[in-house]
Amino acid sequence: MSLRLEGVGYRYAGSATDALIDVDLAIEPGEVVGVCGPNAGGKSTLCLVAGGLAPLTIGGQLRGRVSIDGSATAGAKQYEVAQRVGILFQEPQAQLSDSVPTVWEEVAFGPRNLSLPLDEVVARTWGALEALDIADLCERDPGRLSGGQAQLVALASVLALQPAYLVLDEPTSQLDPEGTRLVAEALARAAAVTGAGILVVEHKTDLLARLCARLAIVEAGRIVKQGTAVTMLGLPELDELGVSPPETVRLRRAVEATGGHWDPSWT
Amino acid sequence: MTPSAGAALSSEGLGFVYPDGTRALTGIDLLVPAGIRLAIVGQNGSGKSTLVRHFNGLLRATEGRVLVGGEEVSRRHVAELAQQVGIAFQNPDRQIFAGSVRSEVAFGPRNLGLRGEELESAVKSALEAVRLGGEGETNPYDLGYSRRKLLTIASVLAMRTPIVVLDEPTTGQDLRGVRTIEGIVATLAAEGRTVIAVSHDLRFVAETFERVVVMRQGTIVLDGTPSEVFAEANWATLRSTNLEPPYAARLGARLGLGSTPTEESLVSALSAGT
Repeated sequence: MSLRLEGVGYRYAGSATDALIDVDLAIEPGEVVGVCGPNAGGKSTLCLVAGGLAPLTIGGQLRGRVSIDGSATAGAKQYEVAQRVGILFQEPQAQLSDSVPTVWEEVAFGPRNLSLPLDEVVARTWGALEALDIADLCERDPGRLSGGQAQLVALASVLALQPAYLVLDEPTSQLDPEGTRLVAEALARAAAVTGAGILVVEHKTDLLARLCARLAIVEAGRIVKQGTAVTMLGLPELDELGVSPPETVRLRRAVEATGGHWDPSWT
Repeated sequence: MTPSAGAALSSEGLGFVYPDGTRALTGIDLLVPAGIRLAIVGQNGSGKSTLVRHFNGLLRATEGRVLVGGEEVSRRHVAELAQQVGIAFQNPDRQIFAGSVRSEVAFGPRNLGLRGEELESAVKSALEAVRLGGEGETNPYDLGYSRRKLLTIASVLAMRTPIVVLDEPTTGQDLRGVRTIEGIVATLAAEGRTVIAVSHDLRFVAETFERVVVMRQGTIVLDGTPSEVFAEANWATLRSTNLEPPYAARLGARLGLGSTPTEESLVSALSAGT
């Protein structure tokens, strides 16, 4: 049981270069795997491939094997993959359906499409809204939300699907610290309680440090480092890879660089 | 109240209610001196983006008034305000429309009447500032999100407006992107231009801006220097609008070093104490 990429390469339709090269990555049920790295390094492409949208929906050329619990996504139907893997795009506006009048309907849209019984649709919708503390937005027009609110609604709509695997492309990029904390809690709960396997791309390394056991660093289309989050986030070359180390790591380095003493109890 | 001399922009009793009845702003009094670096922070939905959209007339106050360069915004045309206030939106896809990076950036300055060499140089320097110098012929939608975001910032830089507003500039940026934006803010300030940014990244805010305005539910609840705003006495207010003081500020307070909103201030307070 896992969402697994083996020797995966990917090239966008019409492109002359590979966006992903030789990627090996597995996400087990109940596990949160983090991905970070410089921009334009292939993180979002990795999400599209892991979520089955590339190449099923957007075309392009896939090499290697992407499988969900043993079944290859190649040759599967998009809706079959979509029922197993929920994907959150980097831009919430790309996620929202633009077809319903309220936030509540937006979040209920997915569960409804799964033909779940009505009480289950209602329970999942309120559950997702409450997990992210946005139940008070339920009557609002999804097209008239702030950037951060829209991002939370988009995530709620994916959580309400309760897929076996979640692929999240920068889920907290527009969120305030409290929203970021709520997302971290909701994801940890999804992993622990419903056993979801979660792949999360983030620049916020403090969040990754709290949330993930394992971390992959993606640069120039390849996974250049992979290991425990603690080891990866302590790598001296993080800055060069375009990754801002967690605040505690940064501060310790700044203190030590001036010859000061860093007390480990400060973290 | 008369607008102070040297104010880039100001608002008096500014209130705004969206047409669907959602109240976004109440009684905003803000005075932004020319040449300052000002950050606006606050929880999601607190009215930050709504507020800055009043600065170039995209939204019109339903109460009170907004003045740019001492003149009331409501009496001026958006096209005229666009020469004074440039806004890079939070969502780049609400802004981008052209078929190439170069023409996207050239659109604004061309509308301001720039032609030939002058236009080329405005476009070139704006693209270089965001490190997209080599992407002039690229279709904007072939760029990833973070670089589309940098492109919208370049479009605003190319307008060379005295006031530059950046709505969540660091969203989706990696460390290099954040450093690029920090450099842009410093350059604009050195040129005497006024920079206003909306952000949730309090470390970026504390290290890059000289004044911080904190919003909660459409009102201003704190206004001061990073050292004032992130001081321990204000943490309860910050937390009431979903903000967490920067780690350096928290550690400084814990060690009794006073208000140390930035890494630099914490490190120097530490070395002064030993």
